[in-house]
Parts: sequence; structure tokens; C-alpha cells
Amino acid sequence: MAALYEGYTLCGLVPTQDLSNSCIRGIEQERDSDHVLVTDSTRSVTLYKVSDQKPLGSWTVKQGQTLTCSAVFNSQTKEYVAVSDNKMIRIWKEEDILLDKAFKATVSSDIWRVQSVNGGEPVVLFQRGAVRLLDSLLSAPQQPIEEVLAQEEAIRWSTNIVAETQQFVIFTTEQKGDNFLYLQGLNPNTLQRYRLEGEEPGLIPLSFSASYRDKHICLLYLYPNGHVYQSVVPVRGLGTEEGTHALPLPRSLQMALPVGEGLLEAATALVLDEAHVAVVGVPHPSAGAGKDFLCIWNTNFQTLQAGKEMAGKIYGQLWCYSNKLFIPHGKTLSVIPFVCPKSSLASALGKLRQAKTEESKAPASVPSWNNILHEEKAQPSRTVETRKTRSNRKTQSTPCLTTDQVLEFIKTAPVEDVQKEVEGLLSRSDMQDSQPSVGQLVSILVSRSLSDPAFYTPSTLAQLVQTQCLCHSVCPDFVLLALERKDYFLCQLCLQFFPDIPEAVTCACLKAFISMPDVDAEKASLDPDSISFMETVTSRERGQVGLQNGFNSTSLNEESSDGVSGGDAITEDEEKPSTRSEQNCPVGLHKAVLLNEVLQTAYSDSFLLPHLKDLSSQHVVLFLQYLQFLYLKYSQDAFPQTHGLRSPSLAQIMDWVCLVLDAHFTVLVMTPEAKGLLLNLHNYVKSQVRLVSELGKIESSLQALHQMKVKKDVGQYSIEVIELF
Amino acid sequence: MGEFTVHRVRFFDYMPSAIRAMAFNPRTERLAVARADGAVEIFNFADNYFQEKVIPGRDGGTVEALCWVGPRLFGAGLNGAITEYDLENLRPRYSVEAYGGPIWTVSGDSAGTMLAVGCEDGTVKMFEILDETIRFQRNLERQKGRIISLSWHPSGALIAAGMIDMIRIFDAETGRATHRLLVERGAGASKSREVVVWSVVFLSDHTIVSGDSAGKVQFWDGHTGTLVRTHLVTKWDVLALAVSQDESSVVAGTSESIVVQFQFISSTVGRQDNEWVRTRTFKNHSHDVRALVHTETAVVSGGMDTQLVVRPLLDKVEKNTQESSLRKIAFPHRSLVCCAKKAGLLLFQFPEHLELWRLGESEGHGRAGDSLPVKRKPEKLIHLKRKGDDHIRCSAVSPCGGWLVYATVSGVRLYRIQHDNNNIGVTKVSKLPKSLCSAHQLCFSSDSSKLFAASGLSSVVVVALDPLECKHLHTLRPKSGSRQPVHLLCVSDDGKWLASANTDCEVHVYNLKKMKLHCKVPVYSSCPTAIGINPVTSNLVTVHADQQVFEFSLQQKEYTEWSRRLQQRGLHPVWLQRDTPVAHITFNPRNPAHIVLHDVFMLCIIDQSLPLPEARTPLLNQMMLRSLPEAERSRQSHAFKICKSFQHLLSMTLLDDQSLVAVERPLLDIVSQLPAPVRQKKFAT
Repeated sequence: MAALYEGYTLCGLVPTQDLSNSCIRGIEQERDSDHVLVTDSTRSVTLYKVSDQKPLGSWTVKQGQTLTCSAVFNSQTKEYVAVSDNKMIRIWKEEDILLDKAFKATVSSDIWRVQSVNGGEPVVLFQRGAVRLLDSLLSAPQQPIEEVLAQEEAIRWSTNIVAETQQFVIFTTEQKGDNFLYLQGLNPNTLQRYRLEGEEPGLIPLSFSASYRDKHICLLYLYPNGHVYQSVVPVRGLGTEEGTHALPLPRSLQMALPVGEGLLEAATALVLDEAHVAVVGVPHPSAGAGKDFLCIWNTNFQTLQAGKEMAGKIYGQLWCYSNKLFIPHGKTLSVIPFVCPKSSLASALGKLRQAKTEESKAPASVPSWNNILHEEKAQPSRTVETRKTRSNRKTQSTPCLTTDQVLEFIKTAPVEDVQKEVEGLLSRSDMQDSQPSVGQLVSILVSRSLSDPAFYTPSTLAQLVQTQCLCHSVCPDFVLLALERKDYFLCQLCLQFFPDIPEAVTCACLKAFISMPDVDAEKASLDPDSISFMETVTSRERGQVGLQNGFNSTSLNEESSDGVSGGDAITEDEEKPSTRSEQNCPVGLHKAVLLNEVLQTAYSDSFLLPHLKDLSSQHVVLFLQYLQFLYLKYSQDAFPQTHGLRSPSLAQIMDWVCLVLDAHFTVLVMTPEAKGLLLNLHNYVKSQVRLVSELGKIESSLQALHQMKVKKDVGQYSIEVIELF
Repeated sequence: MGEFTVHRVRFFDYMPSAIRAMAFNPRTERLAVARADGAVEIFNFADNYFQEKVIPGRDGGTVEALCWVGPRLFGAGLNGAITEYDLENLRPRYSVEAYGGPIWTVSGDSAGTMLAVGCEDGTVKMFEILDETIRFQRNLERQKGRIISLSWHPSGALIAAGMIDMIRIFDAETGRATHRLLVERGAGASKSREVVVWSVVFLSDHTIVSGDSAGKVQFWDGHTGTLVRTHLVTKWDVLALAVSQDESSVVAGTSESIVVQFQFISSTVGRQDNEWVRTRTFKNHSHDVRALVHTETAVVSGGMDTQLVVRPLLDKVEKNTQESSLRKIAFPHRSLVCCAKKAGLLLFQFPEHLELWRLGESEGHGRAGDSLPVKRKPEKLIHLKRKGDDHIRCSAVSPCGGWLVYATVSGVRLYRIQHDNNNIGVTKVSKLPKSLCSAHQLCFSSDSSKLFAASGLSSVVVVALDPLECKHLHTLRPKSGSRQPVHLLCVSDDGKWLASANTDCEVHVYNLKKMKLHCKVPVYSSCPTAIGINPVTSNLVTVHADQQVFEFSLQQKEYTEWSRRLQQRGLHPVWLQRDTPVAHITFNPRNPAHIVLHDVFMLCIIDQSLPLPEARTPLLNQMMLRSLPEAERSRQSHAFKICKSFQHLLSMTLLDDQSLVAVERPLLDIVSQLPAPVRQKKFAT
């Protein structure tokens, strides 16, 4: 459970004329987590030691000048950077007492903000969207600054993030009610422009918050109607083209916060970690309409974890540095320490006593045969030397290119030649059973494909997989490569033929399959057998609705529609065709085929569960719908499980249903669109339980029949001895 | 106490006959039951439902209906004759031909002056009941189609007649049909089948209740001839109806083996508008319920499954009394088995024939609970078919196995049986004394020299047996002048005493040496069900229908000390709660203190030397005693040693070689021979 601790006051605030804004322009981290730099909205910058609650230094610009962006600390040079009156950059050190005597430079265009992260160089973001590194800007302050943004487009929020080695400046703009997200990468310069999906007309996001995890930038934004959306932008797949063309940015509803009456005015949602969001300025769900609350929500379970009422006016401003929230309210700036332990179903339900012992089960903890058996040798980055010495031992009597030569050849040759050579190599009879060579081949192919985005040989890889000499541990990046290149056929083959796919990868596949658009899926050419299986399943969609195991799906429909009728909008629009919607496959044919492959992979519950939790609730609902569809199909009479097509078994389907429910139960319970689904599943379970209990009764009564004393058949005549006492 | 070797016999294929009709006389509390073979049985409901009398049937003499008129019992059947039964001599007194074809129903008016019969030819014939006979008076207006059922209005002015597809109401005075009530046919496929009104009941408020073959029980208004209420009770036929004396309750028996009760009650509490409401359903039969009687406190039903069921109405009886328990009477209350003690022969009596069996033999000994190997299997020696149309009433085999006798209503036949190794000769003794024309009970003296036959007026005819000529020796007559038939006869093993019991509850003891009445045992209110004379002590032991046990010293002509003690102490409640009468008493000559007796469900040896059981101690203590050590055992044991290993016991005798013969007839074997009941939907079929 996340918790907010008792806060303390860092400093008092001087009220401004404009009561709607606080007098704080920004708070930035200084040299370490205990020092912050507070910039007020007028002309002074103050350095605080947080734990001591006392100022260490303060700098002020001259009367008549104002600071237009919050001061930042350049950790490389131990200098402070601030901007006054939009155009004047000021740089000073801690020893400097008077700002006016410090370094000043005037630039040719208005500056929006100076950004700095720990270990990174400060970056200057101009109001018209241009980005410069501070150094390069200062070398020629009057250099022309280009206009990136369109007319009437204005920056609303910005931040910067270091992803791996690259620094990104992220900022959002507004143009006539539309919102855009800019992702400006530095060194090399890339710019990506996304269009945010519109909420209700007239609503623009109140706050943004960005975080970087798992090679993706997650953007969390809050609308005045209380909806919190998350958009995930992959860092890796960023194109290099200039951001003139705005891509649509997919979003998922993380939470719908209670807003009380009216819309939110000053509120902020701040990502704390992957599961927690701090929200300020939103009413506490159980404390009336007042909005002066600081709350921590769990986005996975959509539960309120902690809440605190803040005295005085809330300005909708919130900063977070190393487990401390900085919140200006009323006439003070408060620091509130908090903890967000790893959330789990158990902790959400209040069963976990020692939250700290539970460490996150990162994918790394999944045991890899690779590491266990081959130690460092089998690491993907194994050296060419080892490979050479190993393959040298192999026979070299082949007339064409030897395996070694081919291996070397692969590293450099163009795609077509590689394909030809490898196919030639494979066609040779001695290759068929030489498992190590195939492993080497694949390793090199995969590593080249990974390093060279233009290099990819799908047919060769498929052929290699089909030799059935491969397993996941030989080439750990293989499946991920296939996923990355959206080579779904290869994914399917891997899932079919690799016996040892770790649960993390299985889950990644599932995630990729479930989230990919159906259009993409239909493009993929898949294993015809599995497709024909799915075709038979879906062709039977119009089949009769029968009674199976005492469970009548029509009566179920009645029950469920009864149960849901008082409910939400999502089920309302499908209340009519509910019968058909259950009978219709919720995903496309090819997608279903791929999902079937996932269902058939081997896994272990405890390893799979943590990864399953990564699925978003929408995907979970879709996946469950598909599982339910399969279950219904399987439950019908005369289902063609007999013909030898590769198909998931009923037990596998039910196991996955259980797993998914386990992993996302609370989320599903609170997700409105899952309500009908859960009711249905509940009904299955109920009917099954009923059936099983009836069977149990029959069984026990049959057993009782067995145990009944068989009266000795005395026949027509016998002579017996009795004794009376 | 000791071990016994028991011949467990299950090859007696006794098959009771289905119950066809019943009539209850509320004044005398006698129930008359007619069976499919024509036999009529009289049960005394005032005396623990004891089966007092059996009038054997005749070939072709099926009884469709019975009717009490005062103390007189009339029956009629498909042979077209009305029969009055002689309940003293246990035979039909006379038969009067009705000349209307088969008779389906008989009904007497409440005054006891008229008898109406319903005939096949569509006439209702009225007979005047005279003192000695009945006389045809007239026909009521003739109808098309047979008269299936009849019911007099209690006033005697009207008669309701159930027919096919309709009910007619006749004016008994004029003979005119006044109303015609059309009965609806069954729905669906049975629409084309005519509906038979199997039973009608005319109530004093002019309500007519009818039960028909479409499964309906209908209530009609007899004034207007309109249908008041229909209850669909079954998919099959409603065969019988019966009404309580106060006309507040009607029961209907169906071929679905259920009995449904309707009560004339208000549907809402505190209102006076009573109506007929279906209240209870009883299911105590496995087959059609053909006959029903509604007594004050119980519903008595019988049918194809041959059992007579007395189902107490728990709102009419006190709870947890003898009266409140359900009774099923499946076996006759007199013995159909006779055992030749010395020869080891068994005689089985069937209505049509007699079977004489020789018991098997075994060698060696076994411990308690063992089954001994059978060295020689039992063997059927004689299958003797009776002569004439009358069914066998009673039979006996002499202890030596040399004589066999049976009696029908019309005569007595005596046979000499000669065994020489494997050949068996049966010769009929042709010359019998004239006094031996009919017998209610037969028995041989223990030395097989005399035959005793209970005759009319409770007299006993003594016949000396001789292969050449059987001579009438004497006729023993009681002084009481009772006209009731003797139902029990027994001779002491020493040949000195003969005891007879009649249904007037009198027990007479005759001295056979002097050939005169020795004494009359004080009359007890309940009928004796078994009597026996202890050969050593010459004490007469009687067991009565109310389960009381008495011991009467013939020498002292008074109850013995033990008997007095038993009466003072009172019998154990568990003993008194048994619902089948003790059927037979024998003694163990080696241990005169032992009385061996049995009923249908138990074998009991009363050891007179042991203390009587306390009411608090368990009566059935054999299992407990078995687990105790020897010393403890003697302290715990009491006089009544009851063994329940044998069920559905028809006979239990002690042979001279100290082995017991138990003849069992498992109910399951009887049920398995019954025809299949109407098909009923059962779970999972």
C-alpha cells in the first residue's frame, strides 16, 4: 500500500496578485535529492536543503526584471541557469551573490524553458518549438532560431528525459483545441509529432507527466473530466523524418477519477512509478466535493492508496523528487514524503504484511537455460573467437562454403546472398542434424538483424526454425526480433517449435498479438493448419445454442443482461446483439490463430503471473472475451476437436482464463466493460460448480450403493447354526 | 442358552392373492377383504387387526364387491350371483342368481333392508333383505351400458350409479333415473377412449363424488346434476373411493399406487364456506390400489400388491401410540405350514394343492454363524392337487409323516403315505366317518394315532386312525355353546390334553384320556393367536392378539406363578409394540422352561427360569450379550431371547432332533412375482 507520511513546510509563499496561481514557477532538483532549487514567479531563486528545511542561498534579479522560467542546476559545471524576461539567459555559481554581476547572454527568440537532467547537458526549449543545447546556443547567442510550431500553436508543458543514452525533450502544444506531443531527440536530432486523441470538445489536458520505462516513454495526462490517459511511445522505433506529419497517439484510459460536480480546474496527475499516480486537486472519493486533496492512486487496481487533505488553496502544482512530493498550498510549500511499494493483488487486498520483502520479479529473474547450462559462453554477445574455435573442429571437407565461411559471410553480405548461402547450407544433408551449427547460424543472423535494421531474412529464419534444432535458449533474442519486425509467421513458428520459451517472452508475444491492429494481423501469412482450425471454429458461429453440462447459454444471457441492465454505457450498446456477440469471435482470424499459439505454449503459473500483470485492462478484457468465445465453442456439442489440427485444449483455455483473472482480478472488477464478461464467467463457474456438486452427490450415492451390505444370498435352502445367549 | 441348527427354508412359493374389494363394518369394527382368488378374510380392527376368519375361495368365484348389512356380509362377483357368507361356519351360506350378467357392484342401504346390485346388462337390481335370505324385488330403469359402481344416498331415497361416460341418479322409490351426469373423457389421445366411472360416493348433502378411468376425482351437486369441482389426481385410473363416516374426508385410490385424501374444509381459516380440498397423498403400495376403506382413524387400502395397509390419519389418533403406526399386513395370521417333527417333513398349503417336502441333511457341526454343508438336498415328495372347486382351507401332516389330511369347505380328505426308501405311496382313505364332513382346523396326535378336526359349534371331532378303517371316536363339545369357529387346535406331546381356541376368545381344554372337557381357560378380551401345551409341566401357554402371554396350569386350573408375575411386571413395551401376532408356540422337551415362539419378524425363546426384562433394559439384547464375557452374560440376560436373523417367517418348529425349521418367504420374492405396475416416471428413467 502506498502511503503519504506527515509532511513539513519548506517555505512560506508570498501571495501574488493573481490568486489563481501560486507564486512558485518551478522546483528543480539540485546536486542531490536533498537539495532543491525553488524559483518563484517574480524574480528570486532560492536553494533549500530539504531535510533541514532551510535555505542555503538566494538570488534575485533586479527590480523590473522577472524570471520567466525556473532555474535549473547544471550538474556538469555546477552552475545555475535561469532565464529572465524570456530572452536573457543568466548563469551563475553558488558563490555568486549578485545575479546582476553574473554571466548574461541575450538570445534572439523567446525561450520557453531551460531543461536539465542529472548527468545531462542543459537544453533550451524556445517558445516556437526549437531546441538547442545550452553550450551551442551560448557559442552564438544571436543565431537564428527556426520556428517549429505552427501559427497559434503554443507550448503548454515540457520536460526532458534521458532514455538509454539519448536525451529527449518532450513538450506538448495546443493549437485551436487540438493537442500535440513533440518528442525531440538530441544527438542525433529526431523529432516526432503526435496528435493526442481528443477528449470531449473543449477539454484540454490539465497536466502531463512523462516517465521512461521499458524502452518506452509513457505519457500520463489528466483531463478536467477526471479521465487519466496513458500513451506509450516507443523510443526505439522513432523515425528520423521531421515532425510535420502528426501521428495519432494511441491512448488507454488508466483511470476515471471522481470529479464531483463540474470539471477540474487546477489539478495535476504525476506518475510516481509504473503503478502509482499522485493526484492533486481532485476530490477524495469519500470526502465530499472539496478538491484540496493529495491522493495516490494505483492505476492497476484503480484503487485509492492514500489521501491527504491540504490546508488552504491548492494550485494544481506538484513536483516529485526522490520519494518526496512538493506541493504549494495556501501560503506554504509543503514537502510530503511517500512510499509506493510494488503493488500486488495481495497487497491491494491487504494480505501482504511485509511489502518490502517482495521485490519486483523482473524478466531477468526468469531462469534461462542459456545462463545455467552455458554460463557466459552462450551469452548473445559471445565472441567470434569462441565460435571460430568451436566450428573449426567441425568437418571442413565440404566442397562449397564451409559453415565457418558462411558464418563469416553472414556478418557482412547483403540479404539476398545470405539467404542463398544459408539455404544452400541447410540443403546439405550433414546440416540436418548438426544442431550447434544451426544455433550459430541463427545467433549470427539474429545479432546482425538486431544491429542492422535493414537486414532481415524472414524466410531463412523460418527455415531454420523448422529444422526443429533450435530452442529459445540458443538464441534468446530470436522471438523478440521476430516481434520487433512484426514477422508474425516466425513468431508462430517459434511458439510452435521452441520448447523453452520463457514466460516473459510468451507474455511479450501475447501483448504484441493482442494489441496489434487486425489489419496487421491479416497481412501476416500463417500456418495454414491453424488457420483452417480457426476457420472451422468461426464457421460454426451460427450453430445452435445448446445445453452443455447443464449450462444453457441463452439462460445465461438472460441472467447476465439482467445483472448488467442497471450498469454502464458499454454494455448498453451491445445489449441487443448480446447473443450474437458471444458467438462472434472478438478478434480477427489471424489474431486468433496467433493467440491460440500462445495458449498452447508451456508455462509455469508463478512465472507467468507477474508478466501477465503488464497487460492493460483493455487487452485483458479482449483476451478474456476471446477465451470465453473459445470456451463457448468448445462447450458446444460435436465440437471438431477430433481432427488432428493443432488446437488449444479446453483445459489450456480454462487455465488461461484462471491466470488472467488471477493477474487482473481487481482491475477487471473495477473495469466497467469487463462487468458483463465477469458475470458470464461467474455463471460458467456457478453452473460448473453446481454440476460438479451434483456429480459428487451421485458419486457418493453410488459409492454408498457399493458399500451397502450385500445380504448373503442364502438361496432356497441352507442349514445354519445360530446361537442364543 | 445354546446353539441351534436351523433349516432355513425358502422354497415355499407362497403367493398371496391380490385384494379386490373391501368392506368395513363400523359397528363391529370388522373389515372384510375379498381377494382375487375369491377368498374372504375378516379382520378384527378392535383387536390389533387380527385376522380372525378366512373363508376360502372357489374356482370361478371371484368377488367384485363386498357389503355389510348389519352383521351380515354379502358379496357378488362376475359369476352373476349374490352370496351371503356364513361367518360361523366360514362358508358361503347361499347364493342368489341375479340374472343380469356379471355383477360389478353391491351396495346396501343404510336401513339394512335393501341391497342394490349393478349388473353388466345395465340394470340396477333391488333385493329385499329377509332374515334368512334375500329376495329380488325389482329393477330400476334399465340403462345402456354396464353399471360399474353404486352408492345409496344415506336417506335411502336415491341411488347414484357410475357407468361408462356418465353417472345416473335413480329415484329408489320409483326406479326412474332422475339425473344424468356426463363425465368428461381424458384429454389428448385418450379422448377417444370411453371413461369408466369406477367408483361413486353419494353424500348426505347430495354431493356425489366420482372417480374415473381418466384419473379424475369429481365432485357433483346431486340436486342439480352439475359438476362442482374436478381434481385431476393421476394420469391413470382412480379405482376406488371411500368416505369417512362423518363425511368430512374422502380418499381415492389410483392405479398409480397412490391414495389421495380430500377433506371438506374451509380454504381460509375462520370462514364457513367449506369446500373439498385435496390434502394428503399416501404412497404405501407398489401397485394399483383396488379397494379402500375410510375408518374413523385410518385409511385402509389394498390392491394388486396383496398387502393390506392401515395408514393412520395422524390428526385423528394420538401420536406415538400403537394406533398411530403404519401397518402392513402381508402374511396370513395362521400357519400354512405343517411340520412332521419326527419325520422331518414339511407340508405346504396352497389354495390349489399341497406340497410335502423332506428336509435336507447335513453332516458335522459348525460354530454359530456358520452355514453347514448340505449333504442331502431337500426333496419334494408329494404334489397333491385338491379335488373339486373349493380351495383348501386347512391341512396337516402327522408327526410320523404317515398321514396327510386337508379340508375344504365341502369336505375332508385323508391320505395314507407310505415311504419305502425311494418310493412313496399315497393312498386316499376312502371311508371316513360321516361326522368328519368339514373342518376348520386339523391336527394329529403326537403318536399319530388320532386325528382331531375342529367342526361346527366349536366342537372337535376325534377320529382314530387306522390304515384299514378310520373310526369316529368322540365329539368333544364345549359347554359355552359358542357358535364361533375354532381357529386353533393343539395337542400335548404326551397325548393327554387337547386345547382349542375359537374366535370368541374362548380356550377349551379337553382331557383326551377321559374324552371330556377338562376346563375352560378364563376368557381374555383379545383373541388367542397361538396356543401350546408344555408336555412336561402340562401348562397351557396362550399368546393373544394384543401380544399378552399367559401360562395356565392345567393341573391346578389356574394361571401359573410365572404368568402372574409376568402380568404384574407387565410385558416389555418393545414386545407390545410388535405388529405381527405370534403364530406358533412349541416347547423344547429337553428344557421344559423354554417356550419357543415366533412371529413374522422374529424368533423368540422365553426362558422361564430367567428374570423378566425390566422396561428400561433393552429387550433385544442378544448382540450385547454376545460381546460380554461369560460371567457378565448371565447377570445381564433376561427371559426373552429374541433372534431377528430370520425375516418374513411363516413357520418355526422345533424338530425332535433339536434342530429348528424356519420357513421364510421374503417379501422381495413375492413382489418379484407380481405383474408390472403401471409405468411411472421415475428419476433418471
